Amino acid sequence: MNNQHTDENITKWDKVILPDIRDLHTIEVYQAHGGYKALQKALQLKPDEVTEEVKKSNLRGRGGACFPTGLKWTFMPRQSTKPKYLCVNGDESEPGTFKDREIFERNPHLLIEGTLIASYAMGITTSYIYIRGEYGKWIRMVDKALAEAYAAGFVGQNICGTNFSVNIYTHKGAGAYICGEESALMNSIEGQRGYPRVKPPFPAQNGLWGCPTTINNVETVANVPIILNKGWEWYSKVGAPKHPGPILVGVSGHVKKPGVYEMPTGEPLLEIIYKHAGGIPGDKAIKAVIPGGSSTMILRGEQLEGVRMDADSLKAAGSSVGTAGLIVMDEDADLISVIARIAEFYYRESCGQCTPCREGTGWLWKILKRFESGEGKLEDIDLLMDIANNIEGNTICALGDAAAWPVQSMIRRFRDEFEKRAVQTGKIREVAVA
Amino acid sequence: MAHLTIVHRTTADSPVFTEDNLKKVEELKQRYPTTQALTLPVLWLAQEQFGYISEETMKYVATLLNVPFGHVLGVVSFYTMFHRKRVGKHHIEVCTNVSCMLRGSAEIAKRLEQKLGIQMGETSQDNKWTLSEVECMGSCGSAPMVAIGEEYYENLSVEKLDKILMDLK
Repeated sequence: MNNQHTDENITKWDKVILPDIRDLHTIEVYQAHGGYKALQKALQLKPDEVTEEVKKSNLRGRGGACFPTGLKWTFMPRQSTKPKYLCVNGDESEPGTFKDREIFERNPHLLIEGTLIASYAMGITTSYIYIRGEYGKWIRMVDKALAEAYAAGFVGQNICGTNFSVNIYTHKGAGAYICGEESALMNSIEGQRGYPRVKPPFPAQNGLWGCPTTINNVETVANVPIILNKGWEWYSKVGAPKHPGPILVGVSGHVKKPGVYEMPTGEPLLEIIYKHAGGIPGDKAIKAVIPGGSSTMILRGEQLEGVRMDADSLKAAGSSVGTAGLIVMDEDADLISVIARIAEFYYRESCGQCTPCREGTGWLWKILKRFESGEGKLEDIDLLMDIANNIEGNTICALGDAAAWPVQSMIRRFRDEFEKRAVQTGKIREVAVA
Repeated sequence: MAHLTIVHRTTADSPVFTEDNLKKVEELKQRYPTTQALTLPVLWLAQEQFGYISEETMKYVATLLNVPFGHVLGVVSFYTMFHRKRVGKHHIEVCTNVSCMLRGSAEIAKRLEQKLGIQMGETSQDNKWTLSEVECMGSCGSAPMVAIGEEYYENLSVEKLDKILMDLK
């Protein structure tokens, strides 16, 4: 498997989100490399024309749902008596995801420029960049970049001498995975517990403080200046046609060179693992991968041939692109421990509003702990499936689904692992054989 | 979060913000249309100044922001990063989620418990160490890791960890 992936196969890509430029995080270097030109370009267009550019580029959200960004922007009312808000989602708490952190650290001005362009396109006068509390160090990096941008006249009143004004603030989370869910994030900014809201009403009608609001992921927003600079035609031709553009893939787990790699969408998973991330330590075989953060469905190593890092390809393979946080597990990985740990995570992070999730995640975890210690029974496999099926789709937000999918897919694709670990009693064996 | 037992603790201290922090609160008011929205940022200021969030601190914050005490308590008890009791001088958080687990976080966690003589969730008698098991910290590409305060220590081995602990006074 290893040999067929040669260096020539790897897509040559001139990095645009995280280019290797020294001190790019400072405004001087950022501007020396064309920074804030996209903003000036946008300011010469009408706001609707900017939205149209983004729409035609086919940029899709990088936070997990792959929703078309330009279309989302059009949901915002053009005229509003209330103020409008933009929340940039940098909560980044999905296990296996560590890409936004790279943007905060290496290219914060790209994020700020994207936030400015998005604010201009939607007529927004206040934007919040919500960053998880654990990233204290990275929040200070963004704050420093914001101070530079304010001082240079790119953020604040009458930006670049126009009548466009917007304030951008960072908002620090305090340790809650659920605040990455857009409505929980808004509650968190409002100073409340991070409970997801029932939809409808949708944020574009009734968001922060009841006002029209758009929530976009950090990486999504960072793509916006690139669209303005290079044009939508260029952007829409990068990578997978229906899910184009550069994507930050975070590779972790059993690989030689874990890390964040920028590439066009549609890169084969095996290329990512063997070429970008250097393959598997000890040249072992791949037992399983989780392609896009812990909530996406697990895939067997044998089914990876031809599967690509884009929405359509991963959907066809029975998973999803999620946050492109690729977790690789080698042939010796203990998948029962993996799924037990994932279940524990969702149990701990369930906000507790909806009964199926609050109770169900705990049941999943307890039963999986039983399997981990060799005390699971064969009939528990179906019980796990039953619980997961009863959580999925029955909760206010997607955390319930996120808890159910890994368990369902693990059972569907690795039932043998569960059977091997189950208590071996004669009676139960007979059932299994029958 | 929802599964934590809520325990009311009463402490004798009566917290008051420094002039500097009061100025910061005024600045924060410019950022949001309501004072309730200041709950998280002001609790962060409080935790930085006092080290943890006591019931007295919550009352102080409630008065400062003109919101009910119950609201502040609700927020503090929801978010795992707000400490309801004192933490040690060095708060060590070890991630044991999947990406770290696949790269040996169990060994790191065990070593920490051994070296510090405390279990996960405990603070040492001399108040020097607090040890916590945490969820994914966004350090998957440099796993395993611990965070000590706001600092991330990544690509850990047991040897590297030992050296880090030795260097901490």
